[in-house]
Amino acid sequence: MTKQIHLAAHFPGVNNTTIWSDPVAGSQIDFGSFRQLAETAERGTFDFFFLAEGLRLREVKGRIHDLDVVGRPESLTVLSALASVTTHLGLAATVNSTFNEPYELAKRLSTLDHVSNGRAAWNVVTSWDAFTGENFRRGGYLDKGDRYVRAQESLRIVRKLWDSWNGDELVLDQAAGAFAREGAGAFADDGAHFTIRGRFGLPPSPQGRPVIIQAGDSDEGREFAASSADVIFSRHGTFEGGQTFYKDVKARLAKYGRTDESLKIMPAVTVVVADTDADAIEKAAYIREQQVSGPTALVLAELLWGRDLSAYDPDGPLPAEDPVVGSSVTRGRVGYNDPFPIVSEWRAQAEAHGWSLRQTVINQQNRQTFVGSPTTVAEAVNRHVQENAADGFVLVPHLTPSGLDDFVDRVVPLLRERGVFRSEYAGTTLRDHLGLSL
Amino acid sequence: MSRGLITAIEIDGAGGDPGAWRAPEVDPRAILTGELAVRAAQRAEAAGVDLVTFADALEAPDDVLDQVSVRLDALGLAARVAPVTQRIGLLPTITVTHTEPFHVQASVATLDHISGGRAGWIADVSTSAEAAAVIGRREPAAAAETWREARYVVDAGRRLWDSWEDDAVIRDAATGRFVDREKLHYVDFETPTFSVKGPSIVPRPPQGHPITAIRVTSPEALDAAADAELVFLPDSGDLSTRVRELRENAGRSVTLADRSVTLTSDQVVGPLVLVSAEVRPHVDGVERLASLIEGWAAAGVDGVQLRPASLELDVPVIAEQLLPVLRERGLVGSGEQGGSLRGRLGLRRPQNRYARSVR
Repeated sequence: MTKQIHLAAHFPGVNNTTIWSDPVAGSQIDFGSFRQLAETAERGTFDFFFLAEGLRLREVKGRIHDLDVVGRPESLTVLSALASVTTHLGLAATVNSTFNEPYELAKRLSTLDHVSNGRAAWNVVTSWDAFTGENFRRGGYLDKGDRYVRAQESLRIVRKLWDSWNGDELVLDQAAGAFAREGAGAFADDGAHFTIRGRFGLPPSPQGRPVIIQAGDSDEGREFAASSADVIFSRHGTFEGGQTFYKDVKARLAKYGRTDESLKIMPAVTVVVADTDADAIEKAAYIREQQVSGPTALVLAELLWGRDLSAYDPDGPLPAEDPVVGSSVTRGRVGYNDPFPIVSEWRAQAEAHGWSLRQTVINQQNRQTFVGSPTTVAEAVNRHVQENAADGFVLVPHLTPSGLDDFVDRVVPLLRERGVFRSEYAGTTLRDHLGLSL
Repeated sequence: MSRGLITAIEIDGAGGDPGAWRAPEVDPRAILTGELAVRAAQRAEAAGVDLVTFADALEAPDDVLDQVSVRLDALGLAARVAPVTQRIGLLPTITVTHTEPFHVQASVATLDHISGGRAGWIADVSTSAEAAAVIGRREPAAAAETWREARYVVDAGRRLWDSWEDDAVIRDAATGRFVDREKLHYVDFETPTFSVKGPSIVPRPPQGHPITAIRVTSPEALDAAADAELVFLPDSGDLSTRVRELRENAGRSVTLADRSVTLTSDQVVGPLVLVSAEVRPHVDGVERLASLIEGWAAAGVDGVQLRPASLELDVPVIAEQLLPVLRERGLVGSGEQGGSLRGRLGLRRPQNRYARSVR
């Protein structure tokens, strides 16, 4: 059976993937940028629009990281506004479950779901570091084991609140004077991290409840996703890596009584499209050069090595030292649990090609996922989906807000011709687009 | 005062009357889609009303069969309204007792960005056992304690709004620097109940500081009102005395917040005071209400916050009949001003406390 592809648009983030120095690069904060990319995604009949989150500005060597985009708006507020200027596009907010309370999350996400007529999604992320905690009342450190316990409990309770209405209590009988049956929305829970009770003041939305997205990649993270997520936002964009991940996660579903179709796997990918494959390869190389300046190469190497590498010349050879695990040279950013094999690979490649540190970063770390003519890209995207390396993709453009124009204008029509991607929205809710039931 | 009275309309469900949703003219489903709020805000804007406020509380509304027992988050609803309005101010109610000060300020800053500088917020507290129980983090506290903390939250928010200087984003391709980190500031703010490091994740809002408003619902709220730029005061027989006291109190009080931001156009330090009243002009007509408002103006208020009994029935009457009458009597201005909410209210854009005058 031919699978249908799912697509999402990621608003350019605060990594060096985003090229802010390009003359056509727009504001990272003006509503117009969000609106334009969302409208492009809706024109391309994408499943959803995705916003990431960061709750503390990143630091490198004790100072705020200044080489990449800094500063962004709060997701749920932007998405509630986008609900007004889009009609079908799903609206996915990344919101931390550690520094928010379940009741408040449930209320704010449900509000987005109602004002968008059933198009909301929640990307559940956890953060457990004291660095981020310094901005919050909760502040405290959660050790890694506790992190998923709390995240799971938080998600379980948020769901419980969303399900605290059976769905038939909203009467709206004006003549009889019955708005909603009394008792609707009552809840109580007593868990390891939360003891709460009361009434939840919002009924189910047109899609029942918001879609749940999860990005964890560890064994616990995959299990968490298999038990409770609707979509996995994965980092396994390569064909082989994607297939391995896909198989692993889908195999975990049965023990939760779930079907393969109930969980969509959507890796984050980057795409470069040009008239010919050769042009696209050249363009991709140019984009990588822009993404990795000398100072950026050093910062990325410092993240991998866990060391202050200020003394190194990015145009010189790779650092000779071994990496350090668990350092705080870079803060507010996910580091590497096991940097050694990556450093070895970088060294081998640098030696084989005669690359400098910067050239190594450009070639090893910033390779775009799909590069080629519109036909090449469409075929590759479709192959990944049909051969179960993915169910679709979250596209991460390098330019704000025009970075998906090429894909939507040139690749989407080819996917539609092949009958693997919708030409118009068949339903109105995000669950409809993703083919998810409750 | 040349600008005339400030006018505000409150959005709450189908209106302030618990039975408002039952009128045949009202589609009760439009409460949850936000369409009732959008329509009310657009009607108000077209008539030149200065701002709309959005009622909310942390806990759900009362569970009563014949009343609207659901409520959208006010911030999300205000955001839904922002792109489909152009000039009107948007002030959601946000509670601060069980929520995170860092998130609150980031959300209000975001509303200011997406509305092009039309945002504010009504800072409110949660004293009920119900609100404490839905979060489960702390015991319910009395008004004195919660308002003391609320003043710290307001202060923290303003510090975080200043944690980015206006020109912090430099996009300097030559050096590869997106921001000038000398213009990003840690706030390192410690209070008895929370501390916050900063800087904010959101660049400084277009208005510098979105408008902070407080509804006077208790004597403790009245004290806290000294820190606000906008105060909603209930109508009372001794209104002129209370308005005067509020201004004097504001001038005298040793406040927690840096109040350098609240100079009004005539350089008097003190909040703008709006008298708040539930109105139902579709039943009572506009003449009586216009006279009431005339009386409030004589008592020295800066404006009125009208809480219509029914959004669908009363807002059109306010827009199409009341505002023209008030304009005729010279009580309100033309309502044509665009630009920021601050500009509309005659408040200047605050200096950034961290910006060095000589660099």
